[in-house]
Amino acid sequence: MTSILKTENVHLYYGEKEALHGFDIEFEQNEITALIGPSGCGKSTFLRCLNRMNDLRNNTTVTGSFKIGDRDIYAPTTDMTELRKEIGMVFQQPNPFPFSVYDNVAYGLRIAGVKDKKVLDEVVEKSLKQAAVWDEVKDDLNKNALSFSGGQQQRICIARVLAVKPKIILMDEPTSALDPISSAKIEDTLLELKKDFTIIIVTHNMQQASRIADKTAFMLNGDLIEYNKTSKMFLNPDKQQTSDYLNGEFG
Amino acid sequence: MNPKVVNKIATGVIYGLVILVVAILAALIGYILVTGVPHISWHFLTSPAQSFLAGGGIRDQLFNSIYLLVLTLIISFPIALGAGIYLAEYAPKNWFTEIIKTTIEVLSSLPSVVVGLFCYLLFVVQMRMGFSILSGAIALTFFNLPLLTRNIETSLESVSSLQREAGLSLGLSQWKTITGIILPAAVPGIITGIILSAGRVFGEAAALIYTAGQSAPFVDYTNWNIFSDTSFLNPLRPAETLAVHIWKVNSEGITPDANAISSGSSAVLIIVILLFNIFAHWIGNRLYKKMTSSK
Repeated sequence: MTSILKTENVHLYYGEKEALHGFDIEFEQNEITALIGPSGCGKSTFLRCLNRMNDLRNNTTVTGSFKIGDRDIYAPTTDMTELRKEIGMVFQQPNPFPFSVYDNVAYGLRIAGVKDKKVLDEVVEKSLKQAAVWDEVKDDLNKNALSFSGGQQQRICIARVLAVKPKIILMDEPTSALDPISSAKIEDTLLELKKDFTIIIVTHNMQQASRIADKTAFMLNGDLIEYNKTSKMFLNPDKQQTSDYLNGEFG
Repeated sequence: MNPKVVNKIATGVIYGLVILVVAILAALIGYILVTGVPHISWHFLTSPAQSFLAGGGIRDQLFNSIYLLVLTLIISFPIALGAGIYLAEYAPKNWFTEIIKTTIEVLSSLPSVVVGLFCYLLFVVQMRMGFSILSGAIALTFFNLPLLTRNIETSLESVSSLQREAGLSLGLSQWKTITGIILPAAVPGIITGIILSAGRVFGEAAALIYTAGQSAPFVDYTNWNIFSDTSFLNPLRPAETLAVHIWKVNSEGITPDANAISSGSSAVLIIVILLFNIFAHWIGNRLYKKMTSSK
């Protein structure tokens, strides 16, 4: 196993208030890592540190070391555009652009300067297939992406991220707004995708974590309580707090 | 009272109020159209106005109104777009931005006579632009800017922040996210704003009396040289608009058919505004489709 993303001593402050209290996590290549924990524990906040989406918020300070390979994500020389192409993101609410399916998926490439229609066609088809939504949209590629169901929209969003070929895909509760059938489809998709990508997923759904994640990190009140192989964590956690949370005896 | 009864009463009151609004509107428009439309004829639309004789038309005034609108939009839309984008996307949320926003709102509530006189002194007199379409367009820009800026700002802000995050997370720059995603999504709202401000431009009289003037000198509709004095496109010629014409005919008109002319003009004004609305919606829809979906 090779490590692809390494964070050390992560602190995050909203103004004076400290929201993440300093922890280390290392993510392995071609694995799915799940971040679980109660609402407000800081898992989404941490996820957004990884592609610097927290930079958008005023008054937010992030300290610590974030390294992809041996490059520092927070180095002043980091090109945000490049970084976010390397580390893609899928959000809780499906957020396709108000364009056609085709244009949604092709958008990132077009911005990157790809004009060749053949290349675009290929990538769009491949990405939609990888996201397991091709069969449902292939006859309507010119239809507005917003006219599809929530589950389909979310998979179109995944295809949009895949099209720019990121190394890592961050997912912020990608199935929490979807029905169980759509969620199951997305979970299957993720298991396929980890052959080519590294996935870090925030989820409220512990069954989901146990089904798809290789490793799981349990967070509580801005601290990392336990980070372990998923099988180990769900059967025999090291910490009492983890056990309590997983057994619903929390709080 | 039980909740069901309250609900029925509330619904009834709301329906009543809506009917009232619609009734007033329908009565007003109906009255203008019923009294005005019989006076509209091809001759009325295509012949110049008469000062003393009956049978004058509104050809020049009609054209002036439209030309003035186009000029005003050409001046004010780019400025409003830039300001709106800044306020919605770039401006930090602090007291200074709030002051700017408040100032814009104050500007929009200035009485039009005041703006008209100000523009008269500054542009017509000081800068020697004379009574001209250009002076008028600048004065109307003063009204238009706050309205349009505010409208563009709110249209942009109403686009979900999820879209911004999606763009940025895909590696787009902030500028590209705005121009490529946020702006296209905001087009319908912006079109509505243009329509509203256009209605105001069409209907404005007070500010134009001092700036665009009250006379409609002879213009040649075949002369396309915008620098020529007689060209219909010359922005530095005085230009009485329809609204000003209605005011003038009513207040100091001495033609025997002044009543007919003002009724007819009012009806034309309303019809033109209506046509402009339809046209703008049509353009907006096409633009939106073109920008958002590929076919």
